[in-house]
Amino acid sequence: MTAKAAMRKQFTLNPAALEQLFSVLESHDFQIVGPTIRNGTIQYDYIKGCKELPSGWTSEQERASCRLKRRKDDALFGYVPGADSLKRFLHPPELRLFRAERENGVFRILDNPAPAPKLAFVGVRSCELRALSILDRVLAEDRYPDAAYVAARRRIFIVAVNCTEPAPTCFCTSMGGGPEAGGGFDLLLTEIVSDNQHVFVAEAGTSEGSGVLAVLNPGEVTKEIMAALHEAMDRSKAAFKREVATEGLRELLYESFDHPQWDRVAAQCFLCANCTMVCPTCFCVTVEDSTDVPVRRAERWRKWDSCFTQNFSYIHGGSVRLSPKSRYRQWLTHKMAAWVDQFGTFGCVGCGRCITWCPAGIDVTEQIAALRGTAAPAASDGAG
Amino acid sequence: MTAASVMTPLAARVARVDKETHDTFTLAMESGNGVDLPRFRPGQFSMLYLFGAGELPISISGDPEKPGELVYTVRSVGQVTYALVTRKPGDSVGVRGPFGTQWPLASARGRDILIVAGGIGLAPLRPAIYHILRQRGDYGRLVLLYGARGPRDLLYKKELSAWSYLPDTQVLTTVDYGGVNWRGHVGVVTTLFRFIRLQPGQTTAFICGPELMMRYVVRELETRGMPAGHIHLSMERNMKCAVGFCGHCQMGPHFICKDGPIFPYPEMRPWLDRYEL
Ligand SMILES: Cc1cc2nc3c(=O)[nH]c(=O)nc-3n(C[C@H](O)[C@H](O)[C@H](O)COP(=O)(O)OP(=O)(O)OC[C@H]3O[C@@H](n4cnc5c(N)ncnc54)[C@H](O)[C@@H]3O)c2cc1C
Ligand code: SF4
Ligand code: SF4
Repeated sequence: MTAKAAMRKQFTLNPAALEQLFSVLESHDFQIVGPTIRNGTIQYDYIKGCKELPSGWTSEQERASCRLKRRKDDALFGYVPGADSLKRFLHPPELRLFRAERENGVFRILDNPAPAPKLAFVGVRSCELRALSILDRVLAEDRYPDAAYVAARRRIFIVAVNCTEPAPTCFCTSMGGGPEAGGGFDLLLTEIVSDNQHVFVAEAGTSEGSGVLAVLNPGEVTKEIMAALHEAMDRSKAAFKREVATEGLRELLYESFDHPQWDRVAAQCFLCANCTMVCPTCFCVTVEDSTDVPVRRAERWRKWDSCFTQNFSYIHGGSVRLSPKSRYRQWLTHKMAAWVDQFGTFGCVGCGRCITWCPAGIDVTEQIAALRGTAAPAASDGAG
Repeated sequence: MTAASVMTPLAARVARVDKETHDTFTLAMESGNGVDLPRFRPGQFSMLYLFGAGELPISISGDPEKPGELVYTVRSVGQVTYALVTRKPGDSVGVRGPFGTQWPLASARGRDILIVAGGIGLAPLRPAIYHILRQRGDYGRLVLLYGARGPRDLLYKKELSAWSYLPDTQVLTTVDYGGVNWRGHVGVVTTLFRFIRLQPGQTTAFICGPELMMRYVVRELETRGMPAGHIHLSMERNMKCAVGFCGHCQMGPHFICKDGPIFPYPEMRPWLDRYEL
């Protein structure tokens, strides 16, 4: 635990207080987004109360596989996140940039995007907080801020949850993070669930968080709860299966431009772009224009895009990256090398989503190991 | 520019459309609604929005000292450039920007200037030429080497001819295919090097054209002993936003839109020869 975290005052909340948390947030005009069961997986969506959290469920993740499974307990947060991250809400897959109207060749721009809603995110993990701070660097703190992102970002409230059960796909500990949230939240919960108790250890990260916590009448943390908390987190930290050696990683990627591994991975990759869609930091977008039939009204939309598509690098005369290998190489080299030059951080937080959701079972940690020449595939027990 | 407006174009009004060649036109835009069009620096580009059709990066090719208008030279190669060159005076075109870096005219003061352009690549160099000719005493010799596919593809023919008569100024053109009536040079632009006197230590080079051509030109300059730091290139990549968040224009660690399009050659050198980077 960081020194800062150690100094934050901790309290306990029971499951009923968590229900109350939802009402308090709603009374502050927040729309609540949290993990819930949709389409046979756990996903973020708009939810109304604790009852919509996946109580008693977990999701087993491995390469190219994600399965819902019943837990033996009623834990509310006993799983790692699903395919989507906060990116879907703060940097949405589709956004209208403007509408325009034309008469006799002269047009007017009609509107800018609608005002951002107030969103409260519940169940946010450490890796997602770090992904958010990376998106901040790209979309809010660089030379030109993205107005839509900044407006939405400014109005959020985050209830984070420490990960007590990492998935085998997780490698956040390699990427400078870990299962414990270090910052960037308003409230932080650690769920402790056993045969005889179900409590949340809660701490505030901001004054807004303290305000909300105070309303919930939190209890004192006992020695026993403290011991259970430490034990849970120690167990969590020992449970990681995958890792990436990050020392010299940027140089490794730049120097591996002609490595034969790119041909090998390209032979497997479907160019489906799933990895970029689920990645919480991949930010690339394209724009699309449309008109009505008399060509009097037009709209311009921004949509998620991916460096895995052929059109992505199209310039008149042809695409710069025509071969599949050049596209996988661009993706990984951007994440692990160029990003460092551009934004002072890797573009990867080790959430493992691209491992779970790659239909070809391509594992980013193995790809890096192969480039290093140390590739005894670590956690590759294969998908079930 | 406020954060809210960075992705929203300003509706400008087409003032003039001049035919340069069979497929290339120069459009002058003026304010569409009384709001002044922004000033720009030589080498910068705009994103031009065509109602319902799309948006493109296009370099500004006019005179930077002429406020109130923005001039673009556009080669019609596809759907959106075609829509652009077929605009009529009075039509609206959306303008965002100007974006990007400029030719280093300030640090090149007191030096000879070598400009090497290929095809439409002359467009972003014309504002630099205007600047140098206006501040003629600030610069040494001006040499312009310009290559086009054929005689009918040469841009700004009248100006090229006028510039060639100016003191301390050398203008050489070449074409890939000459045809029967062409009496000028034939061959790629690097073949013009043997006709110029280059003082490598005292010259700053500005280059814009197809990437392959730029690689050959740089090689030629280095062979002639020109320090890499005095060579500047204008790069081209797909762009959807021009402000660094669409991700399309990346080349190694660089976003061409906001770190470029104009780069000192040493920043590009590690990436230029990487095929499919
Ligand atoms: C910084 C910069 C400055 C430029 N300056 C000029 C200029 O002064 N004059 C000029 O004629 N051309 C210029 N271009 C090239 C011009 O943008 C392309 O020719 C144009 O985008 C082609 O679009 P299209 O729809 O007509 O052609 P298509 O080939 O049909 O292209 C389809 C779509 O692909 C994208 N696209 C294609 N080529 C490019 C490209 N080179 N760059 C970015 N997106 C592309 C566009 O979204 C385009 O609508 C410049 C490009 C860049 C990056
Ligand atoms: S690259 Fe993969 S592991 Fe890294 S942040 Fe993106 S989805 Fe997660
Ligand atoms: S690496 Fe996997 S998820 Fe990414 S594009 Fe290739 S097949 Fe799709």
